[in-house]
Amino acid sequence: MDSIWEYRNLLLAGTAVTVQLALASLALSVVLGLVGAAAKLAANTVSQKIAGAYTTLVRGVPDLVLMMLLFYGGQQIANDLGSLTGWWDYLEINQFIAGVWSIGFVFGAYMTETFRGAILAIPRGQIEAGIACGMRPFLIFRRITWPQMIRHALPSFTNNWLVLIKATALVSVIGLHDLVWNASTAGRSVREPFTFMFAVLIIYLILTACSDVGLRWLERRYNVGVDRA
Amino acid sequence: MADTERTFFEYLVYVSENRSPLDFMLVADHIDKFFYGALLTIEITVLALFIGGVMAIPLAIARAYRHRWLNVPIFGFTYFFRGTPLLVQTYLVYYGLAQFDFVRESFLWDPILSSPWWCALITFSLNTAAYTTEFLRGAIENTAKGEIEAARACGMSPARVIRRIVLPSAFRRALPAYSNEVIFMLHSSVVLSTITLQDILGVGRWLNGRYYLAYEGFITAMLFYMALVFLISKGFRVWEKHWLGHLRARATVEN
Repeated sequence: MDSIWEYRNLLLAGTAVTVQLALASLALSVVLGLVGAAAKLAANTVSQKIAGAYTTLVRGVPDLVLMMLLFYGGQQIANDLGSLTGWWDYLEINQFIAGVWSIGFVFGAYMTETFRGAILAIPRGQIEAGIACGMRPFLIFRRITWPQMIRHALPSFTNNWLVLIKATALVSVIGLHDLVWNASTAGRSVREPFTFMFAVLIIYLILTACSDVGLRWLERRYNVGVDRA
Repeated sequence: MADTERTFFEYLVYVSENRSPLDFMLVADHIDKFFYGALLTIEITVLALFIGGVMAIPLAIARAYRHRWLNVPIFGFTYFFRGTPLLVQTYLVYYGLAQFDFVRESFLWDPILSSPWWCALITFSLNTAAYTTEFLRGAIENTAKGEIEAARACGMSPARVIRRIVLPSAFRRALPAYSNEVIFMLHSSVVLSTITLQDILGVGRWLNGRYYLAYEGFITAMLFYMALVFLISKGFRVWEKHWLGHLRARATVEN
């Protein structure tokens, strides 16, 4: 236990990196999810096919494989492209960026399904009523679709977020100094790997428990005024 | 004839090394290693799913029936394993246990706890048992009340009700969720490559490291994983058709 206290700053710094990584990936995944859901629900068959291919690809490939592909392969492609076009000299894809893009890309596909289901759960008549009242598409989205979509999407969104937090641990494999990386380095140097890994597990449990409580509160807020059976 | 074949082969190698963005001939040379990797991935995934699934059945029953002493500890077990990353759980077992002298001196150390294969199997099994317990519990709790009442009215004992009525229908209802769990387990099995094992991704990383490549190994690994996921979803579709066939909407026939 003393060794954990001694290395508390390293663990806290790692936790901060993990949380930043998770939040940045979440932001990217929400954007991709909204775009993907819009593409799947659009009347355009090309956009439906592209979004379908995206979700199938993500379902087929483990996140660590995509992450390594992006971190090791993306670097070379970016620089080859740069020297070919002459638009940029040298691009560095660091571990954080590779992590955010790959986790965001993967969970964007899950968010696509979440948002698509949530939008489909809104009765069509309400949108028609909005049109009949003379609302513009953006106003309909802001006043009718968005608030109800959040309510329908929240349970599945919560689930995605909990899986996403756990997925961030994988970024330590490509060398980002996150919680797992810092803890295993510290654990190795003081020869107490079990103690440090156990501390990591507890920190992850605290993170997931806190977000569970927070998102439940949000769920209650968005369900105000809805009859519960 | 043999001459032209060889030159065609040489031409292929030339294109692969110089023109193609991917050195596909190099991958083809090592494709057997990828198949061995796939074998390891499948082996651990299937064994873990089997052991975890067998563990999950009694645990889910105890949770669903709110067993007085077992319910809370089982919930603690599932909460712990579902709330933390599999990677860290595996590190804890594989790298962590060596911290304790009594583990290193025990009879289990040499054959089991010092081997990455066994450590991965133990962790993966416990992990999938935790997830399976929770959705199986949900499926058991959703059994139609009338079915249980009917079974009781027929004079079945509680154990027989579980065996004949509750479990068969709960398994059916859990099947779609289980197909997701199988695919997630396959995805999670990449953790094997982080504890020195040569699974599909492990072989990809080895190939890239050995020939100093940027993406050939990963692209090949990606294709292997996609093929496996495709086969799993195909298999589950057949299975669901078989076991959930009575729930499908069918065309009404007019006499």
